[in-house]
Amino acid sequence: MFSRKELQRCLLISLWFVFLTFPIMVIKVDPFERLVYWRWENILYVAVGSFFLSLLFRMLLRKNEGGGAEALGADSLEKTPIVTRILETPKYRNTLMLTVLTAALVFPHIFSTYQTNIMITALMYVVLGLGLNIVVGLAGLLDLGFVAFYAVGAYSYALLHLHFDIGFWIALPIGGFLAAMFGIVLGFPVLRLRGDYLAIVTLGFGEIIRLVLENWGDFSQGPSGISSIARPGFFGIELSLNSAIIYTYYLMIIAIIITIFVVNRLQDSRLGRAWIALREDEIACQAMGIDKRKTKLVAFSLGAFWAGIVGVVFAAKTTFINPASFTFLESAIILSIVVLGGMGSIVGVIVGAFILILLPEYLRALSEYRMLAFGAVLVMMMVFRPQGMIAAIRKTYTFKKDDQE
Amino acid sequence: MDTPILEVSKMTMDFGGIRALDKLDLEVYSGEIAALIGPNGAGKTTFFNCLTGIYVPTRGDIFLNPPSGGKKVDLKGLLPNKVTEHGLARTFQNIRLFPRMTVLENVMIGRHCRTKAFIVGAIFRGPATRKEEKEILDMSYAILEQVGLQKFVNEYAQNLPYGAQRRLEIARALATEPSLLLLDEPAAGMNPQETQNLDELIRDISKGGLAILLIEHDMKLVMSLSDRIYVVDYGKKIAEGKPEEIRSNADVIKAYLGE
Repeated sequence: MFSRKELQRCLLISLWFVFLTFPIMVIKVDPFERLVYWRWENILYVAVGSFFLSLLFRMLLRKNEGGGAEALGADSLEKTPIVTRILETPKYRNTLMLTVLTAALVFPHIFSTYQTNIMITALMYVVLGLGLNIVVGLAGLLDLGFVAFYAVGAYSYALLHLHFDIGFWIALPIGGFLAAMFGIVLGFPVLRLRGDYLAIVTLGFGEIIRLVLENWGDFSQGPSGISSIARPGFFGIELSLNSAIIYTYYLMIIAIIITIFVVNRLQDSRLGRAWIALREDEIACQAMGIDKRKTKLVAFSLGAFWAGIVGVVFAAKTTFINPASFTFLESAIILSIVVLGGMGSIVGVIVGAFILILLPEYLRALSEYRMLAFGAVLVMMMVFRPQGMIAAIRKTYTFKKDDQE
Repeated sequence: MDTPILEVSKMTMDFGGIRALDKLDLEVYSGEIAALIGPNGAGKTTFFNCLTGIYVPTRGDIFLNPPSGGKKVDLKGLLPNKVTEHGLARTFQNIRLFPRMTVLENVMIGRHCRTKAFIVGAIFRGPATRKEEKEILDMSYAILEQVGLQKFVNEYAQNLPYGAQRRLEIARALATEPSLLLLDEPAAGMNPQETQNLDELIRDISKGGLAILLIEHDMKLVMSLSDRIYVVDYGKKIAEGKPEEIRSNADVIKAYLGE
């Protein structure tokens, strides 16, 4: 099953791990008793554990490579994975959508406020992911500063509320619109850039927005942030904290349905095709008559729009914002949602958002190991499924003429 | 003689100290198949890139006379997408399809510059957008039938056999409704049978009145298809004429075979 060479390599790996973990796993110092404990038995655990794990990794890798070769020869659209097949069959898809919708509607009445709150966060990341999916997944523009637009949305509501006492419902479109404007502002200087260069500039842009918010105290109240932001209004009725959370939850459900509808329509439209062409080959795309600048700017601003909307909801949900909520880590998480879920795939992004946001929450049982486990999951995903959990597939068309042949 | 569709005069392209094109003059007339040949590195693809706006030539003029009888268009310095809008479509020497789009979608991209629907249209899908989308679909399918790729409609472009990928590039260019089609080595890497089919396809396209400018190394194909041939070497035009004239031209033989 395994060649001698492979076993040797695994042995080498386990020896290396023993060496690496020696100081933390074996030596234990008790500073009060001035004693050093040598826990030699741990060496054995590390050695055996890492040996078998590397064997397992090798086995999975081999299986994965075998499968890859098979998939390459197959007719790609005929032999789609089961998830995509379910999504493509109207009967299954409708049942699935109805189940998910019912579950989503009854969720806050079954689970606690705490759970509902976590769910709202997950739903917010779904919309953020779908927004970034337009930029990264469809148009292929690697954006590492997406959180900037989220911040623009949140701060536009917070500041409008603070200075002009403007309510949630008026701030919502303003926040989205302002974020879209910032998307265009970012878009102009990066029109000629792509790939890693684009990533670095967008990263810088995200940091600039955060630093401005942090240091321009007169404008944004600096690191101390803005507090007592109003929750979403409900026809002027005062809601208790509990029902306000449930209300926000339903708002997010509506927001998600609208987002899915819009993104779904966009990706099979003339504009959506232009984005994908841009992602696939920029030069050929231009040579086919697509205006590169316009297409890119629209992608940036439409993606940013959703981030702005979610930003307003975020400010209303937490009632307090400060620049610490808009660090690079947020951008990285949103990007991971898109990449892990499957670039350009709506269902993929939704699944990705739930896993990335809910997994760390429910892994709390593992306490300090949860981030380690989380990291391991991410690495494994990218090794074994680089196309994401649910790969995007393009729309297929049927023509009457096909039947006659 | 009628006015040419494409008039290129004294086109010069410098890359730093290297002169890739040197005062090249070229015309293509309506309905003809012209060929541009020359040894490797002669500047043929650079010439195409200058025509289509990927490079801006250092000196020289490019004019397009739309066959519909519109005004003369100066193509020099326009962006590639504008050049395509004015009716100059091209294929690429190293295939540049959109690999993860379906065959049909690749052709539909070609219709982009002839259609209008934008954000609002895409989201609300009003009657005008639906009508436009149907026209895009029907026309794209018709073009796929013309080049014989209708059985691959929903296949991803990356999964097509090599010869079919080349045909798809032509289909995609045709979808932009060009008045002049630029083909950059369409037969490269094809076997004799595929080359024969390509010969028929190009003739078929040309019958519709579309002017074609062809870069090709397959001499059999060039000699059989072309009405007129331009020969370039080191960025300079060394000969121009009918296939039989080129075949016996001393300069051409020297350029290809050496002395």
